[in-house]
Amino acid sequence: MRAEAAATGRGATSPPPSAAPPRRLLRNLTAKIAAIPMVLTALVVFLGGTVWTVVYSFTSSRMLPRAEFVGLEQYDRLWSTRRWVISIENLAIYGLCSLVFSLVIGFVLAALLDQKIRYENAFRTILLYPFALSFIVTGLVWQWILDPEFGLQSIIRGLGFENFTFDPLYNPDIAIFGILIAGLWQGTGLIMILMLAGLRGIDGEIWKASRVDGIPAWKTYLFIIVPMMRPVFITALVLITSGIVKLYDLVVAQTGGGPGIATEVPAKYVYDYMFGGQNLGQGFAASTMMLLAVAIVVIPWAMLEFGGKRRG
Amino acid sequence: MNTIRGALALTVSLAAFPAAAADLEVTHWWTSGGEAAAVAEFARLFEERTEHEWVDGAIAGSGNTARPIMISRITGGDPMGATQFNHGRQAEELVEAGLMRDLTDLAEAGKWREVVNPPSLLDSCTLDGHVYCVPVNIHSWQWLWLSDKAFAEAGIPVPTNWEEFVAAAPALEAAGKVPLALGQQAWQQAGLFATLVISLLPDDIYLSVYRDKDAEIAAGADMAQIFAALDTARGLAAKSTVQEWNQATNMLITGAAGGQVMGDWAQGEFAMAGQVAGQDYHCLPGLGDKPVLTTGGDAFYFPLVRDDDVADAQADLAEVILSPEAQVAFNLKKGSLPVRGDVDLDAANDCMRKGLEILAAGTAMPDINQLIDSDTRTRIEDLLVEFFADPSYAPEEAQERFAGIIGDAR
Repeated sequence: MRAEAAATGRGATSPPPSAAPPRRLLRNLTAKIAAIPMVLTALVVFLGGTVWTVVYSFTSSRMLPRAEFVGLEQYDRLWSTRRWVISIENLAIYGLCSLVFSLVIGFVLAALLDQKIRYENAFRTILLYPFALSFIVTGLVWQWILDPEFGLQSIIRGLGFENFTFDPLYNPDIAIFGILIAGLWQGTGLIMILMLAGLRGIDGEIWKASRVDGIPAWKTYLFIIVPMMRPVFITALVLITSGIVKLYDLVVAQTGGGPGIATEVPAKYVYDYMFGGQNLGQGFAASTMMLLAVAIVVIPWAMLEFGGKRRG
Repeated sequence: MNTIRGALALTVSLAAFPAAAADLEVTHWWTSGGEAAAVAEFARLFEERTEHEWVDGAIAGSGNTARPIMISRITGGDPMGATQFNHGRQAEELVEAGLMRDLTDLAEAGKWREVVNPPSLLDSCTLDGHVYCVPVNIHSWQWLWLSDKAFAEAGIPVPTNWEEFVAAAPALEAAGKVPLALGQQAWQQAGLFATLVISLLPDDIYLSVYRDKDAEIAAGADMAQIFAALDTARGLAAKSTVQEWNQATNMLITGAAGGQVMGDWAQGEFAMAGQVAGQDYHCLPGLGDKPVLTTGGDAFYFPLVRDDDVADAQADLAEVILSPEAQVAFNLKKGSLPVRGDVDLDAANDCMRKGLEILAAGTAMPDINQLIDSDTRTRIEDLLVEFFADPSYAPEEAQERFAGIIGDAR
């Protein structure tokens, strides 16, 4: 089978001059055959799995999938559940803040490192280091740091500031920001490195030119360098957004969704109802909503980014 | 080709003939000190009496962590030899899907129907006349554990029911104690809630809410009383920040807390700490208000396996679990009650005797896991977690949501 395919492949790459013109489908056949497993995986596992999940979210499946269609019942219940609504709010807060702060802090750190400072390697390693830790470890570390009995609060109180209070993980109103701090600590290092690579890619002539024209450094950064780094920003954006949607393990390790349900996130709702609650239908409905949210963000962006290029 | 097939058939038939020793993986969530000691008794007896090996598959966390792992292994086609579930509806769909081994033949041969007491335990293992699990023990949730040390230090007598306990709380607080120890996990808060329902209200209200799923009664005045009591409990437990139930029990052992509402498995922890019932700690079944217990508990299920040796080992384990010796050894360590009425429990302590008396009197009730499914359980737990975390959450609002959940339940 394989020998046969290879033979056809060779035939297609160097057709005898008298043969009919090669069909487009057969051109570069070896590469196409090599891509088949990946194409199948993408179609069956990703696309097929997604379609299957969406279809079964309209059923009353409990522990095992069952094709008993109940219309929008699961979605009705989902949106009247307080925990789900709070999960969505949390994800929105976390997502927005994480997007803005990761980009800003990442860029500022990179710009600072780019000033030809001493020990740049050491600083870069220190700042990137948290990224080498898993979310579980990050979550536990920050759970301890933010614990009022042992962590930051007790250290600062020990220094003499008796009234200092900082216990975000124990206050339902701001607990999600405790998670955000840990997420930023873990993730900004990578964004910084990406930005730094982008800054290094900027031609030194541009700096010289802006200096000759007497433009202040911050203006050069904001109006010249940042627009030139657009591809880097887009890569960073994609990395940050994918990190936001899959936020799960950090919450499980750091707060377990608590206090109460103050730091619940959609992914955790999906897991808890699919496996803990033995209600696949409900879990599928929730994951379909997550997919929809991603699609709403990604499709217009992809159309702008890729569709525009083809036309132009 | 034919010779190979022949040889294969021969090996298969040879393997099927003598009951060869097999490794039997047993998954469970018994990981606290008392629990681990109890399950070790099963492993010991199983290995002594049969030629099989016990492979311990303990999963840390609580049942809420362990069950998804077990279920995904069974549905994913990588079944263990045997696994723990609570009696009732947790494994219902696995049984319906034909993933669990039918134990009816074993049950008839071993006369389980006559041996198992109360018979309702075997009923919750039975689906359409077939038996699918072996009851291991009887657990009841409705116990109020009291630390004699804490009450002595506060200078007040040990209460004899829930009302006295609530009345004693200010004195405990004045002595720097946490009145009610409560772990911050959903199942513990849900257990406390259900215990209040069963112990403080007449039986028929519990049954109409949880068994008949009557949303009107769930929204009614009797249940309002329970939500008020839950509000009180929330206040009493406000300073209890531990997570695990055994850490909460430890607060009683050290005298840092006055009481804890927890199932009879708490007894295993007291025993491990060398404490004596009636002397170092007191126990009040039905919170001291009503002699009632629910007969929930654990059961072993045996997933359907292809390997004949493992299947033999499964049958042997089922027999060992129900044997009188194993029942006594396991339940003494675990603090639970045996599923046989005919075993000799001379070594039973005060608390176990109280439980046995209630069982003998026949006032036991079905456990919550036998009445509601995991979906409803998870929703009630979500509600209670929120209620306990937010002191401004009004009991009336919680009751309204609770009635909604009961109305939706199947």
